[in-house]
Amino acid sequence: MIALKKNIAVSESGFVFNPTTGDSFSLNGVGTDILKLMKDGKSESDIKSSIRAWYNIDEETFEKDYYDFLKMLGQYKLLDAE
Amino acid sequence: MKKQLTVAVTGLNNIDSPGPGIPVIRALRDSEEFDVRVIGLSYETLEPGIYMHDMVDHVYQIPFPKSGTEVVFGRMAYINSLENIDFLFPNFDAELFNFIKLSDRMENELGIKTCLPSVDQFESRHKVNLEEFGEKYGLKVPKSKMIFSPAEIQDLAKDFTYPMVVKGQFYDAHIAYNKGQVEAHFNKLAAKWGLPIVIQEFVYGTEVNIVALGDGEGNTVGMVPMRKQYITDKGKAWAGVSIDDQGLLDECQNLIQQCKWKGGMELEYIKTSDDEYYLLEINPRFPAWVYLAVGCGQNLPEAALKIGMGEKVTPYTDYEVGKMFIRYSWDMIVDMKEFEEISTTGELGPKSKKRAS
Repeated sequence: MIALKKNIAVSESGFVFNPTTGDSFSLNGVGTDILKLMKDGKSESDIKSSIRAWYNIDEETFEKDYYDFLKMLGQYKLLDAE
Repeated sequence: MKKQLTVAVTGLNNIDSPGPGIPVIRALRDSEEFDVRVIGLSYETLEPGIYMHDMVDHVYQIPFPKSGTEVVFGRMAYINSLENIDFLFPNFDAELFNFIKLSDRMENELGIKTCLPSVDQFESRHKVNLEEFGEKYGLKVPKSKMIFSPAEIQDLAKDFTYPMVVKGQFYDAHIAYNKGQVEAHFNKLAAKWGLPIVIQEFVYGTEVNIVALGDGEGNTVGMVPMRKQYITDKGKAWAGVSIDDQGLLDECQNLIQQCKWKGGMELEYIKTSDDEYYLLEINPRFPAWVYLAVGCGQNLPEAALKIGMGEKVTPYTDYEVGKMFIRYSWDMIVDMKEFEEISTTGELGPKSKKRAS
C-alpha cells in the first residue's frame, strides 16, 4: 500500500510540511483531499472512489492524474519507502 | 531573582553577512536566570551593534587579531579594569585562536571566564585539516586539497572534476566550473583571507546545518538542525526552518562525543539523495542564526554561559520543529556624535550605568 510518511503535516488549507527536509508545498483542493485520505490510512480503491464521487470525473482521466501525482509525491520524498 | 553578570561579546557586525554577536546578546537578554550587562567589543566603527543601545550597554574597540595575543590581552585587561567582566563570548573565527590561547590567563589574571574549544580541537576542525578530521572520527568529508600558488591550479584536474569548490581559509566559498573561475576565485580569496586556499570536491545534495553546544566532556547540551530556505548572494541564510532530521542529530552527537567539543559550534553538511551526510565545515562558534535555537526552545548561548561560569547544565532533549527565522534589515538613525565618540575614544556608552564590582 502506498502511504504518506507518518510525520508529514497536511493543513486544512493544503499546506504540506516535511519536517525531515524542511520542504513545504501548496496543494490545490483535489491534492489536499487525496493527501488527507492517505493520511487517514484509506486504501487506494477508497481514495479513488471518494475522489471520483466528489469531483465527478471519469476513471481513465482520474487514474492518469492520480498516478502522476503519486509519482510526484515520491520524487519529493513524501512517501514511505515500502 | 536573576543573577547579575557582565558579559563581553564580539561579532557586532549585524550586516547582510552578519556576525553572531547580536543574536547571542538577544539570547542572553532572554535568559530567565541571568541579568546581563553587555559589553560590546568591536573592530570597526560602523558595526551596527555598537549603536544598538537596547542590546549593548557599553562598547569598546579592540585590536585586530593579527596584532597578537599580548596586544589583545593588554586591551582586555584595560577594559576589565573598568567593567569587571565575568564572561567573554567571542564570535569570530579569526579572533578565536587568540582568545583560546589567552583563556587560562584571562581567567587566572583577570577573572574572565569563557566556554571555548581547546587549541587542538580548534585546529583539527580547520578547513585545511578537515579531511584528516573526518578520517579520525569516521565522518564522510568531501575530498579537499590546500593550494598555495596559482601554479598548482593546472594540476587540480588530476584529482578533481568540475565543478569544484574554492574556499578561503577563514570565510567564503565559491563554486568554479572551469580553470579560469578557479584562478579568479583563488586571487580574490587569497587577497582577502591569505593563503592557503582550499579546493574541495563538489558534492550534490541539499545543504543542512546544525547548531550545537558541547560541554567538553563528550555531552551534547543542545542541538537544533536547520534547512536554509532563502540564501543571499553570499550564501548566507536569510530564512530557515528547524527540521527533524534524526540522521543529522546522530552525526552531530557522535562528533561531539568523540572529539569532546567544548563550546558552541555549527556543522555544515550536504545530504545526498541517498541520505548520506558529507561534512563540509565545522564553525567553532555559534552561527548568526543561533537565535532560531532559542525560538525552538533551546537557549544555547545561555547554556554556554552557564558552562563557562561552572554551573550545572541540564542538556536539552527536545526542540520545536517547523519554526522559521526570517532576517530583515533596519536603518538605524545615529547621531554623528556617537560615531565621533567611538571613532576618537574607542568606546561608546553611558559610563554612569556601569555596575559596581
